[in-house]
Amino acid sequence: MRKFIVKRLLLSVVIFFFVMLIIYALMRCLPSSYIENVARAKSQLPGSKSYDEWMAQLTAMYNMDKGIFAGYIAWLGEFFTGNFGDSWKYTVPVIQKFNETVWLSFIMGVITMFFELIIAIPLGIIAATKQYSKTDYTISVLALAFISLPTFFFIALLKLVFCVRLGWFDLFGLIGRTHEQLSSWGKFLDMADHLVLPLVTLVIISIGGLMRYTRTNMLEVLNADYIRTARAKGVSEHNVIYHHAFRNTLIPLVTIVGGSLPGLFSGALFTETMFAIPGIGYASYHAMVEGDIPFSMFYLAFLAILTLLGNLIADILYAVVDPRVRIA
Amino acid sequence: MSDNLENKNTAVAPSEEKQQYSLNDDRRVKVLSPGAMVAKRFFRNRVAVVGLAILAFMFIFSFVGGLLTPYEEDQQFYRIDVFNKEYAGAVKNVDFRYAIADGQEMGSPVQAKVVLATQTGDTSFTYRDVTYTVTKEGEDFYSIGLTDGTMIGLAYKDIVASSVQGVKNTFDFTYNALKAYTNEESSFTADGTDYTIDEDGVVSKGGEEVAFISRYVVQPISKDVFLTRSFQEELVAELEKGAKEFTFTDENGETHDYTVEYKADVKNWIIRQGTDTRVYDTYSAPSAKHWLGTDRNGMDMLTRLMYGGRVSLVIGFIVEAIATFLGIIMGGIAGYFGKWVDNLIMRIVDIFYCIPSMPIIIILGAAMDAMSVDPTLRMVYLMLILGFLGWPSMARMIRGQILSLREQEFMTATEAGGISVSRRIFKHLVPNVIPQIIVSVTMGVGGAILTEASLSFLGLGVKFPFASWGNIINDVNNTYVLQHFWFIWIPAGTLLLLTVLAFNLVGDGLRDAFDPKMKR
Repeated sequence: MRKFIVKRLLLSVVIFFFVMLIIYALMRCLPSSYIENVARAKSQLPGSKSYDEWMAQLTAMYNMDKGIFAGYIAWLGEFFTGNFGDSWKYTVPVIQKFNETVWLSFIMGVITMFFELIIAIPLGIIAATKQYSKTDYTISVLALAFISLPTFFFIALLKLVFCVRLGWFDLFGLIGRTHEQLSSWGKFLDMADHLVLPLVTLVIISIGGLMRYTRTNMLEVLNADYIRTARAKGVSEHNVIYHHAFRNTLIPLVTIVGGSLPGLFSGALFTETMFAIPGIGYASYHAMVEGDIPFSMFYLAFLAILTLLGNLIADILYAVVDPRVRIA
Repeated sequence: MSDNLENKNTAVAPSEEKQQYSLNDDRRVKVLSPGAMVAKRFFRNRVAVVGLAILAFMFIFSFVGGLLTPYEEDQQFYRIDVFNKEYAGAVKNVDFRYAIADGQEMGSPVQAKVVLATQTGDTSFTYRDVTYTVTKEGEDFYSIGLTDGTMIGLAYKDIVASSVQGVKNTFDFTYNALKAYTNEESSFTADGTDYTIDEDGVVSKGGEEVAFISRYVVQPISKDVFLTRSFQEELVAELEKGAKEFTFTDENGETHDYTVEYKADVKNWIIRQGTDTRVYDTYSAPSAKHWLGTDRNGMDMLTRLMYGGRVSLVIGFIVEAIATFLGIIMGGIAGYFGKWVDNLIMRIVDIFYCIPSMPIIIILGAAMDAMSVDPTLRMVYLMLILGFLGWPSMARMIRGQILSLREQEFMTATEAGGISVSRRIFKHLVPNVIPQIIVSVTMGVGGAILTEASLSFLGLGVKFPFASWGNIINDVNNTYVLQHFWFIWIPAGTLLLLTVLAFNLVGDGLRDAFDPKMKR
């Protein structure tokens, strides 16, 4: 087992190296006027160096004077020594902006996942146990509809109904106008109130996939021989489903849920942007659109690590949860 | 049910025919090809058929609808709007105005002394050792002269405006006209010419109007407008009544509407004329001419939706075609050769899996914005990027299938038969994966359409002048549109949702139809 984990870890490091190489090469090929702008501004200060000298100094500072590969190695070196640079757009160290925004996204992710699990898994199991019934069709079509739902359209609809027509929530933002006058409990409630619609959006768009996954796996288990055996020896239907079948369905579920745990940190780009919730998705979207290379590189590296970590956790959990699967 | 018969790929013919053939007669049994079996199972799935119907509708709507609509994709419409433009200003004169005789001087200190004299009723005053006389000629009308009797100027409150464009009134004319007006005489002589004057203040020469006297000053805002006397007269009459708006018919018989606003702080009136202006017919509500109204550029919404559907569907298919093509080649090679080839390709797949695709596409979109790439070229790049990022999942699926297929006997047979490697992969292995490919492509097209729409929504995908369902909904970022113009974004969003859902339903139905095991 330890050998397996070490092997997967090493492989992940190699994959990370190449992923970031591709991303770095892409970033270097983009037209970015940031350095030129800074150099021009600095060269116009009284008693300053010339534009060319500033240009040379700044490109050297951002490792832009080296070739792509050498620049990449330099970036990688700084990344692993914890030097993530300063964000161009936010004019603070990348890690500081990251720290300010990621926890909000994480909290939203955790709440979303909680509701996702308690809604999607029971519905998926009901659909599977009543296969080809009206309930099954409704749940299956609903699941597909949620998967097909364009996030931005859904958000616009929610806003029209709940913000414009009913006036229950604000259209944008994390805090209301009167936020500063409120007590700390009031502030908390104010923020919770502003997070209702974003969370509803995130839950709705994420439950479809898990619902289908649960249903498919449950169906597979229900068709297995040991379920037939259980029924044959007269186990009650309730026991068949919740003791024999559900426990076996948990294997793929635990694997996929475990694999998506690192994703809790990745932020919701569309939802956060459309609701103007200052999470990591919102911050990174604006950084990316405005050509903030240090922040974008950091965010992309962060996402890549999360994906690799997710895969690793899923693989390990698969082996841990299911005693039948043991890797040689 | 007839499921057990189905599994033998056969079906029973109608019962009356059964009687006519002997039991072992082949004609008793209708043989269905595997394709027909799949079709039969597919069409029995009502949900999938609904999906197929939606897709058929979308294709007809986008590709045929675009031909039937009377409008072009980027044809702009106009409407006539009434804009109130500032037309004239009017002031009721309360201060003295001064006219200075030719060759004389009357500076402002003297003018101030005149005002003082009119208030106190003095008939003369002295300024800098010169004595001036002030003679009251009429109501609010004084003439200023020197002691020797020469007149140097006039002080008056009624304004003498020339009715003839470009003609300035002479001093003598002004003096005599005002004198006649304030003393309510009906004729006067100035500069050797006879004039008549009526009680409204109209001065005529031989029946022709030459000037107009009024307490009001009416001036056009724009220099190239000349205000006729009849307009001024009517306006003054309305101003005295305190009217807020009035209508004036000019000499050509054209009627104009005016609104009058009194500004108390500067004590003047502003007259605004309603002018017909041709503007883009933006955000007009649904009507017989535009069934779904018009968008922010004054283009017909329904037509935009049709062309947008074309773009969305075509992009979806091309993206998926690129991804499938690459996926089949890479997956086929990896699955067939195994060992280090498989290892290498699968690591490449791992790398692509790990690339955060949405952020990358957003960054590339923003970069294309910065480089202002031509919209057509941009669409091509978009398809290439999405296609190139999409192949790994297809490759992984095909490789998995082929890994198990290549161990089967028929592959040993192809090897024994000496069939070339590329034929073995692409003629014997890949066709066996086609059901899975079809399912995955169907769902993939839906996914690609969704990705394209999301990007266009962010303004980073398909760009104006091309329509796409995503960039049509983009307008909803404007809160005013969100609140007031449902017809801008709800139809596009619904079409998008239905299309993606239909692709998923059909894909799901195909999966069940291809795999009889799942549908017991």
